[in-house]
Amino acid sequence: MIKKLAGSIREYKTASLLAPLFVTLEVIMEVLLPFLMADLIDNGVNKGDMEHILKTGAMLSGVAFAALIFGIFSGKFAAEASAGFAKNLRHDLYYRIQEYSFSNIDKFSTSSLVTRMTTDVTNVQNSYQMIIRIAVRAPFMMIFAMIMSFNVNAGLSMVFVAFIPVIALALGLVIKFAHPVFKRVFRIYDKLNNVVQENLHGIRVVKSFVREEHETKKFRDISDEIYRDFSKAEKIVAFNMPIMQICVYACILIISWFASRQIVFGTMTQGELVSMMTYVMQILMSLMFISMIMVMITLSKASAERIAEVLNEEIDLRNTDSPLNEIKDGSISFENVSFSYAKDENKLCLKDINLKINSGETIGIIGGTGSSKSSLVQLIPRLYDATKGIVRVGGEDVRDYDIEALRNSVAMVLQKNVLFSGTIKENLRWGNKDASDEEIEKTCRLAQAEDFIQRMPEKYDTYIEQGGTNVSGGQRQRLCIARALLKKPKILILDDSTSAVDTKTDKLIRRAFLEEIPDTTKIIIAQRISSVEEADKIIVMDKGMVSAFGTHKELLESSRIYREVYESQKKGSDENG
Amino acid sequence: MADMKPKGQLKNPGKVIKRLMSYLRGYNLRFVVVLICIVISAAAGALSAMFIQILIDGYIVPLTMASNPDFTGLLRMILIMGAALLTGALAGLAYNRIMVSISQGIQKKIRDEMFEHMQTLPISYFDTHSHGDIMSHYTNDIDTLRQMMSISLPQMFSSVITIITVFVAMITMNLYLTLFVLLFVGIMLFITKKIASRSAVNFVAQQKEIGEVNGFIEEMINGQKVVKVFCHEEEAKKDFDARNEALCKSATAANTYANILMPIMNNLGNLQYVLVAIVGGALAFFGLSPVTAGIIASFLQLSKNFTRPFSEISQQLNAVIMALAGAERIFELMDEKSEEDNGYVTLVNARYDESDNITEAEECTEMWGWKHPHGDGTLTYTKLTGNIMMNEVDFAYVPGKTVLHNVSLTANPGQKIAFVGATGAGKTTITNLINRFYDIEDGKIRYDGININKIKKPDLRRSLGVVLQDVHLFTGTVMENIRYGKLDATDEECIAAAKLANAHDFISMLPEGYNTVITGDGGQLSQGQCQLISIARAAVADPPVMILDEATSSIDTRTEALVQKGMDGLMYGRTVFVIAHRLSTVRNSDKIMVLDLGRVIECGTHDELISRKGKYYQLYTGAFELS
Repeated sequence: MIKKLAGSIREYKTASLLAPLFVTLEVIMEVLLPFLMADLIDNGVNKGDMEHILKTGAMLSGVAFAALIFGIFSGKFAAEASAGFAKNLRHDLYYRIQEYSFSNIDKFSTSSLVTRMTTDVTNVQNSYQMIIRIAVRAPFMMIFAMIMSFNVNAGLSMVFVAFIPVIALALGLVIKFAHPVFKRVFRIYDKLNNVVQENLHGIRVVKSFVREEHETKKFRDISDEIYRDFSKAEKIVAFNMPIMQICVYACILIISWFASRQIVFGTMTQGELVSMMTYVMQILMSLMFISMIMVMITLSKASAERIAEVLNEEIDLRNTDSPLNEIKDGSISFENVSFSYAKDENKLCLKDINLKINSGETIGIIGGTGSSKSSLVQLIPRLYDATKGIVRVGGEDVRDYDIEALRNSVAMVLQKNVLFSGTIKENLRWGNKDASDEEIEKTCRLAQAEDFIQRMPEKYDTYIEQGGTNVSGGQRQRLCIARALLKKPKILILDDSTSAVDTKTDKLIRRAFLEEIPDTTKIIIAQRISSVEEADKIIVMDKGMVSAFGTHKELLESSRIYREVYESQKKGSDENG
Repeated sequence: MADMKPKGQLKNPGKVIKRLMSYLRGYNLRFVVVLICIVISAAAGALSAMFIQILIDGYIVPLTMASNPDFTGLLRMILIMGAALLTGALAGLAYNRIMVSISQGIQKKIRDEMFEHMQTLPISYFDTHSHGDIMSHYTNDIDTLRQMMSISLPQMFSSVITIITVFVAMITMNLYLTLFVLLFVGIMLFITKKIASRSAVNFVAQQKEIGEVNGFIEEMINGQKVVKVFCHEEEAKKDFDARNEALCKSATAANTYANILMPIMNNLGNLQYVLVAIVGGALAFFGLSPVTAGIIASFLQLSKNFTRPFSEISQQLNAVIMALAGAERIFELMDEKSEEDNGYVTLVNARYDESDNITEAEECTEMWGWKHPHGDGTLTYTKLTGNIMMNEVDFAYVPGKTVLHNVSLTANPGQKIAFVGATGAGKTTITNLINRFYDIEDGKIRYDGININKIKKPDLRRSLGVVLQDVHLFTGTVMENIRYGKLDATDEECIAAAKLANAHDFISMLPEGYNTVITGDGGQLSQGQCQLISIARAAVADPPVMILDEATSSIDTRTEALVQKGMDGLMYGRTVFVIAHRLSTVRNSDKIMVLDLGRVIECGTHDELISRKGKYYQLYTGAFELS
């Protein structure tokens, strides 16, 4: 996992190495300081030697200045390295996700992908900065301060050497007890966020069922859990500081007892006592930092794992070695095709599909809720691979085509479609980024979108809000159809794409298709019989199988399901005359 | 918002602090204990900082002078000191732990209040605020508060106490040197302020860029399947890289300033050390002030302890500013105006008394009534029948932009009223007015003859069942989701409702049946299946009036017909409003209202409208040309 993430450091390797290097230099300077200060007191101030004060003072200032410069550089490089690392991580994640197939995306939910790219990356970034700065600083500080203190007075140094294991043990215990509680807290936080998010999305449901109190109670219960667990974790962590303090104080007192005797008996100087005390502080503070970093790192470990998961995900759709780039025509055939989202032959949602569709035909697909209509058409632009059997477009296996070439020829309007924030024109140009204004207008007329676009204040430059919330459902669907048409595809698939469009407009769209793009194979999934009855052929799907395939007339005779659907939509008009 | 101040800048810190302080109420005693403990702990800290001076000046120097040193005094002092320091450490532990309770308690209180208040806000609030933004109040903003309360504030408070203690010690030791140290601290603060403000600017920039990158990621990943279908990956990468680069730049700048603050403060402290030694030496040398070598040595240590808390405070300042900004945003949400409810007519269980008048019933009856208190103290009861009348209603989401003009309609109990019309004609808007998600501009809506403005909103909404086109289920089992309609419904009632909605069959096929856990967006279920569950949810509530807004749009017509049958049974004697594109769904309505651009243009039964050969006829024949 660490290796995987480290691969994202790249051009920031230099900064990542320079940061700890300067930290080390800074630490060396800082450790020299108490030494010089002792000298300043013993040989300068106490002896009233002004010249020595100035000389040592100059040296001290020099060292402090060097420490300042090194500190600034280490801070700068650390910031650069960690921000750069985060940038590369986001970049790698994003590029990886771009390569994902539909089934890869299904595996992670979109909201979890978003959290991984945002919160998790930030966590790792902070830890990384900690590691290259403080994780280097603390141990070095400890080692150097130790060396210096032994240099000053080896005997007294043994006092805090004796305390180090005590502190290490105590802090280790704190982490051991606090960590699992913290981990639990984060999980509950996810739950809390989920409740708030669902509440926001479903606020109309909440209000119409007058469930405000119920929701508040749900929220409070989770909020309580957070309160309890978070308090528990923080109360454990609260031991950190007093343990440290008690150890530091104990060291200081013990050392001062022995040091006083040594000074009185002349084997030690006052300045040495002062610098000794500084070293005690430095060493114990570094221990404190080490424990803090360990908590941070264990906490961000979960984030790092979640990021690595995305990067390590096997992409299950790839181009063959020498892919075909040319799609001959819009003919489609399914040969013994079975399909399962789980790639499990026992959980097939399409079973033994055999179909032949000629180029330029209009094909309607009708079927009950959950009859796998969408699954069927998603195999054509190779959004998923068939689990068994072969899907052919233009006579060739879809797996032999270059994926991009295939998808450019097979335009699909998804059931759950989205527009992106940007002008209408920008959204439409997704279909063809070089499309001229005339082309765009022509396509919009085809999709019956021209009228309402013209009525908008800024026309084609009207800004679409995120998720397309400022256009109605029917308008959104028509824009999505226009966007797909701009590709000039050989095959056009509409997956229930006109459900929010009124019947008249729906009809106009179909008529325009027939007249304007006669050579394109059109596949239309619909709930309304009226949307498909004029099609050359209609597929009736039932429980993952093709239950019937034929013209409207034929199906009325032969397919019970089709007849029932037809009757259910037509009944009233018969009864009422 | 008219306020154009960037995020992260405080509008009125004083007010925010005061309001935060008000949350301390109820913690008075504990807070006093915390303050005392902080003082003790800080005093111990200051004591330990001055310990060496006491040791050197009070004991070591005299002992060195003494011909026959007696160490018992020193030992006693060390033991007393030990006891004092131990007390300090324990006080630290105490205040830290109490503070955890206080800060977590306050956070919980704010969080709960915020959510509770959010539930009372009008729908228009949710229309106009991005969900991501509201979410961040519960995550980022609360978290910055936690950081401030449990870490920054105690530390700053103890820093201030250390500063005061050390300052007193310094001034008693030597006035001139103290003045010099003060001057130097002034310079330090000046530099800190410069850096901190530069850092704040970059910090704000960073927050903004993070928001932008996150927004971009959210939008693109949510539309990832569309990106794939359009082979738009390369463009998406390019857009992303530009934003990512900008974020990296501002993050580097912000962190650089934050990172270099500490070394600068530390080393300025070191520089001060040297200067104090020189100034002290000079004072002694020229005899300007009674300065001894011992005083200078002690003073050096003191001055170091004096500047350290300043740099500690400056480190915490950023966190405090961020937390206050977070608190301000939270309070903004809490100050949003709740949905107004001046209604006083309530919904009660009703029965007939001996003289056949409607009266309130204690027990659960099958009958409901409106309890209507009058100005003169009398009560009248009206039976709930489901009669709804709209009289010349005008409505505008935004004042001045009227979207409904002069809409009138009467729905008698048991009638099925359908709204038909193009997208944007105002069908959903009408239903939103009946349950008072929005309030009308002009005209009147009456429910069983009572102006709906007089009915308490919860009671009004309880009497209306709504099924929306965009289904929203909640994470939980299927059973829990159905029970959402009526919290005390038995399993049997829920299953009966599911059967009515024709959802029973597919629910039984789910791996765990009714106990299958579904996530909020209904991930594993198809759109149509989600709609069936939401119909069951409304059915279990069993309300006298139902609003079905494209409730069956994703359900195939065969299943819809079955659902319809069940619903018709349920709806017998109840008022139903139906919005549907599919005319087959509305054909058997008692009244069909054809809407266009916010006006009712035709109204009548299917047959009447067909024979009128107007807009409805066109729509209808457009749909069924062949027949």
